[in-house]
Amino acid sequence: MSWGNLLATAIAAVQWNRMRSVLTMLGIVIGIAAIMVTVGLGEGAQAKVKSTISALGSNLLTVSPGSSSSLQGVRGGLGSGSTLTLSDASALSNSQVAPAIESTAPIVSGHETLTFGATNWTTTVYGTTPSWLSIRSRTLEEGRFLTSSDMSSSNNVIVLGAVTAQELFGSKTALGQSVDVGGLPMTVIGVLAPVGTGTSATSNQDDLAVVPITTAKYSLLGTSSTDSVQSILIKSTSAATLSAAYQEANKELLMLHGITDPANADFTIATEQSLVSAATSVSSTLTALLGGIAAVSLLVGGVGVMNIMLVSVTERTKEIGLRKALGATPSVIRRQFLAEASILGAFGGAIGGALGLLGQLFLPSVIKFPIEIPGSVTALSILAAISISLIFGVYPAARAARLSPIDALRSE
Amino acid sequence: MAEDSVVEDSVVEDSVAELDDSTMDLGRKVLLQLVDISKVYELGSVRFQALTSVSFNIYDGEYVAITGPSGSGKSTLMHLIGCLDVPTSGRLLIDGKDVSRLDELELAQIRNERIGFVFQQFNLLAPLTALQNVELPLMYGSYNKRERGERSLALLERVGLTDHVRHRPNELSGGQQQRVAIARALVVGPSLILADEPTGNLDSKNAFDVLDLFDELHEAGRTIVVITHDSEVASRASRIIRIRDGQLEPTQ
Ligand SMILES: Nc1ncnc2c1ncn2[C@@H]1O[C@H](COP(=O)(O)OP(=O)(O)OP(=O)(O)O)[C@@H](O)[C@H]1O
Ligand SMILES: [Mg+2]
Repeated sequence: MSWGNLLATAIAAVQWNRMRSVLTMLGIVIGIAAIMVTVGLGEGAQAKVKSTISALGSNLLTVSPGSSSSLQGVRGGLGSGSTLTLSDASALSNSQVAPAIESTAPIVSGHETLTFGATNWTTTVYGTTPSWLSIRSRTLEEGRFLTSSDMSSSNNVIVLGAVTAQELFGSKTALGQSVDVGGLPMTVIGVLAPVGTGTSATSNQDDLAVVPITTAKYSLLGTSSTDSVQSILIKSTSAATLSAAYQEANKELLMLHGITDPANADFTIATEQSLVSAATSVSSTLTALLGGIAAVSLLVGGVGVMNIMLVSVTERTKEIGLRKALGATPSVIRRQFLAEASILGAFGGAIGGALGLLGQLFLPSVIKFPIEIPGSVTALSILAAISISLIFGVYPAARAARLSPIDALRSE
Repeated sequence: MAEDSVVEDSVVEDSVAELDDSTMDLGRKVLLQLVDISKVYELGSVRFQALTSVSFNIYDGEYVAITGPSGSGKSTLMHLIGCLDVPTSGRLLIDGKDVSRLDELELAQIRNERIGFVFQQFNLLAPLTALQNVELPLMYGSYNKRERGERSLALLERVGLTDHVRHRPNELSGGQQQRVAIARALVVGPSLILADEPTGNLDSKNAFDVLDLFDELHEAGRTIVVITHDSEVASRASRIIRIRDGQLEPTQ
């Protein structure tokens, strides 16, 4: 029997038992739609994390103290505080030493309570330099940012994040007001434009305060007399020079710290890329987990196909006997039932795939979360639906093929 | 029709009912030869001897009725002749070829090419039209779409159902359904038409039509074996083989 005839026969049988076929397919439909939507959710989450992180700057490096390569923990970090210093930061910003580095921003930070009149608000206060603004790709809503004269004279000035300003001043104007920061009165000279979309990765970007690093170090955050900073942000001249900037920073810091063996480095340079990969590996684990659960539902759908096919074989015993009497070989009978199973799978997969794509279209506005279903997932899902149905059709088909024609014909 | 078997003159002349095997003209072609056939059914530990040492010949172009009381082994015999089952012992030859030891694949091919079945229950497939039902045996052989259509339409015309080719079984009367089944049995041009109680589910008018059709087929040279316990049906045949308790009754 030709494949065309086989397929036509199978389609006729599937159509004849329309209601049953639809119910059989339902399991597959739900399984496929569930897989597509969960994978789409996972992909959406990954894309979102990626775009959020790359919004922080794709030509950014972060130097933090301590070694990443050893089991010995943070080298040199004990007692003496951080191994990174203000002079490290200024040495790296020298374009003679490191031509691929455009600017650097040393950072110290701590939590402080800001008080304005009767209003309190606790937030992260960063001590840094004027270059922070461009390195972080931030802009000002109003006022101005820190200047080098704020640095040199350790002015008591503060720039607030949009959320922080809102919390402290409400609708009143913040500019020029004096806020009390851990006992020290500081003048608000600017408010940053908001960037946040409200997700966890960005929420703290609008709730912060920035002060001159000199002010922070000597008057505010634990008045350390040493030169040390908590981290140094580095901006390369372009995204293309990021790895050059990395090499230069690494080489210069090793030299400044008098370390000859790079394996003994007392600092770690992280790219935004490494943050992205860390974040995406978490969300892809989640995707795999959710996808796995959805795959179980597809498996259940496959068992449903087997169940119905077995019922169908029993019910159609007489038909099978007749076909055998008319000359159908066991293999033709087997192929006929396999064809029916794969048609159920193909239709179920197609309907499930369509549902999944509809979900991608309409769900995000309801759940306020992006769903991105890659084309390959759609194609693979439909393939999976067909193969699952085929696999679970094998046993019923073999049962049908084995039926003896006389037993089959005798059954009423 | 072209594929109708060539009728040997002697068959027509000698088609007198109730001839003993030993008196048969040796010049006639033997289509079917049963030699010492026995069939034992085993159900767990229970053995049931349904046929015991059955031997007879059926000649090309003959119209034979096999009769006997209920449970005598008629259907068992039909299953063996129809290659739906194999005998426990003995030999069954079709056109001189021993089919009693063939495997499933070879049996399927013989059923497809050499035998046309007609059942009491008609056994048409409900989802298919009359035409598609008739085409079914051709699907299991090597015929292209055009051949299938032409042959099937010709046979539906032969059984007088040209106006019903697109009807499904539930849109046809019992008599019409049985005629579709007969068209299906004839469509590959088999050596043998094998009918088990073909009129069992029909009223007398339709039964009569079906038997008339068999007569016509016989006159056209077909070999027909009808299994029945209805003596009126049996009387249409040119020879009657009687069976009782799994054994042939001696012909009088
Ligand atoms: N598959 C089987 N297993 C066991 N016993 C069987 C089987 N098929 C038939 N028999 C037995 O063999 C005997 C002959 O059965 P068969 O069907 O050939 O009778 P029959 O002559 O066709 O009867 P009827 O006129 O009622 O159709 C019966 O006693 C039946 O019970
Ligand atoms: Mg019977």
